[in-house]
Amino acid sequence: MPPAPPPETSWARLWRRFAISRVAVVALAVLVGLMLLAALAPLIAPQDPYDLGAVSIIDSELRPGEHGALGQTFVLGTDAAGRDLLSAILYGLRISLVVGLVSAFAALVIGTTLGLVGAHFGGKTDAVIMRIVDLQLSIPAILVALMLLASLGQGIDKTLLALVIVQWAYYARTVRGSALAERGKEYVEAAIGQGLPAWRVMLHHVLPNCLAPLLVTVTLQTGHAITLEATMSFLGIGLPQTKPSLGLLISNGFEYLLSNKYWISMFPGVALVVLVASINLVGDQLRDVLNPKQGD
Amino acid sequence: MIESILRRAGQSLVALLLMSCLAFVGINMVGDPIQLLVPPNATPAELAQASKELGLDKPVHIQYLRFLRNAVHGELGTSFVANRPALQLIAERAPATFELALTALTISAVIGIPLGMLCGLRGDGPLRKVVLAGSIVGVTVPTFWMSLLLILVFAVNLGWFPSGGRGDTVVIFGFATSLATVDGIKHLVLPAVTLALFNTALVIRLTEAGTREVMGQEFIRFARAKGVGGSRLLLRHVAPNVMIPVVTALGLEFGQLIAFSVVTESIFAWPGMGKLIIDSILQLDRPVVVAYLLVTLLIFVVINFAVDALYLVLDPRLRTKAH
Repeated sequence: MPPAPPPETSWARLWRRFAISRVAVVALAVLVGLMLLAALAPLIAPQDPYDLGAVSIIDSELRPGEHGALGQTFVLGTDAAGRDLLSAILYGLRISLVVGLVSAFAALVIGTTLGLVGAHFGGKTDAVIMRIVDLQLSIPAILVALMLLASLGQGIDKTLLALVIVQWAYYARTVRGSALAERGKEYVEAAIGQGLPAWRVMLHHVLPNCLAPLLVTVTLQTGHAITLEATMSFLGIGLPQTKPSLGLLISNGFEYLLSNKYWISMFPGVALVVLVASINLVGDQLRDVLNPKQGD
Repeated sequence: MIESILRRAGQSLVALLLMSCLAFVGINMVGDPIQLLVPPNATPAELAQASKELGLDKPVHIQYLRFLRNAVHGELGTSFVANRPALQLIAERAPATFELALTALTISAVIGIPLGMLCGLRGDGPLRKVVLAGSIVGVTVPTFWMSLLLILVFAVNLGWFPSGGRGDTVVIFGFATSLATVDGIKHLVLPAVTLALFNTALVIRLTEAGTREVMGQEFIRFARAKGVGGSRLLLRHVAPNVMIPVVTALGLEFGQLIAFSVVTESIFAWPGMGKLIIDSILQLDRPVVVAYLLVTLLIFVVINFAVDALYLVLDPRLRTKAH
């Protein structure tokens, strides 16, 4: 028997088990790197791609590495309007990440609340909530988003709303599942027996024990949200042209792809894929570490 | 059992009604389509006239009730843009979408099931690692970007396949199909492969997990002890037990394919329902949007109901649970 290791904090234990997978650690590093790039975009981008004064049409459709009229180098080339693609991608990354994170967080709050309420009160309340969840999850997310955006119209607020409506059901189902398991345990019985108000039992006793599956869901759902937003923006029914996320950049480059000007839509696509892949790899590893029993 | 099935049917109907209501009311919140349909120099009187002809001057709930009554009679409104019944437009486009979705489903089954079983049988090895890594790529890479990649490589650079359109079709049993001509098949390859990608990954993972689970079961050890081996063990003992969840998933995925064909069809200019709906959304052609959503939801509700009912027939334990 090896000597007993010193007691670990739960974060340290989580990290140790997470770090077993080399791939997941690399993915996490890439993800953090991308988030930093997105956050610092205005400081590090060679150009403000939406400042009309900085963009010159003379520089349009330049290949990667070519030089502009002022002698500047465009590492990833330029688009049809003469924007530096590297800068456009950094700004696009920012928009995609913000949309993904904000919608995931809002859906987290709404879904968690409804899931907790359903599990705690049971009966009719639970039945109604879960019936809506089942109904929604039986339809593909893309169709729900399409239906909402077709009725609400285009725009960043509407896209966010559609993403929240698409996602909340996943959180509600996750939380309800674990909350229901906790609900039957003695410490919850004891808390209820003490006469504590329902909200206190839910938030202080049940919720902390549902955090592990929630962390997994929030990671994977952020990835889904970013992909879905990119898809909708690509189809022209998501974000407006004034908020060019990665999906919109890819869409703008689509017509040039056919004349082999691949870089205009390929590079934003690579950025999107790397972003989503790193999120998914981190999420998968978290799932393996935190709840190995739960499948997809 | 009949009671359970009827109960499911009732639930499906309520779901459909609820969603039709949401879709209709939602769609009616979008800007005024009248402005797009009349000439820019139309007088207010002409505007009112057009609005009256299209029934847009009535309150929303009256419009919905009228819409519902017509829907029961199979009339889902007239397209503002094409000035033809919306359902007719969709019916014309549906065969193209079904052809695409069925081809994609076939591709994912033909590639996914054998690969998944092979990986499940071999256990941890290089093959399993490669295939499962590939399936992660299939799940992670967004469909639309994969389409662009395929277009760039196979249409623009290699020139093997066209980048869009449907190509020559032949009418068989009253339906136009691309599968009967070389040109048609060439046009079908890229969109079908992109659409199949996500599903193939899913089928591989399901089959792999199923095979591993079944291989560890008592009855397989029993069969082996009895001297059953090779292809007989695989086909008679393993395959049927692995296939039940896989076939169910394939059935449910068919609906997903129809939904996802929206993306694929838009990129490859495939003249199906998916392209129609995007074009209609952009043109604010409300009747077509509502009709598409209803038809697709109907397909979903029917598929879900069929799978549920099938389960009730196959698994007697569920019958008591349903009460």
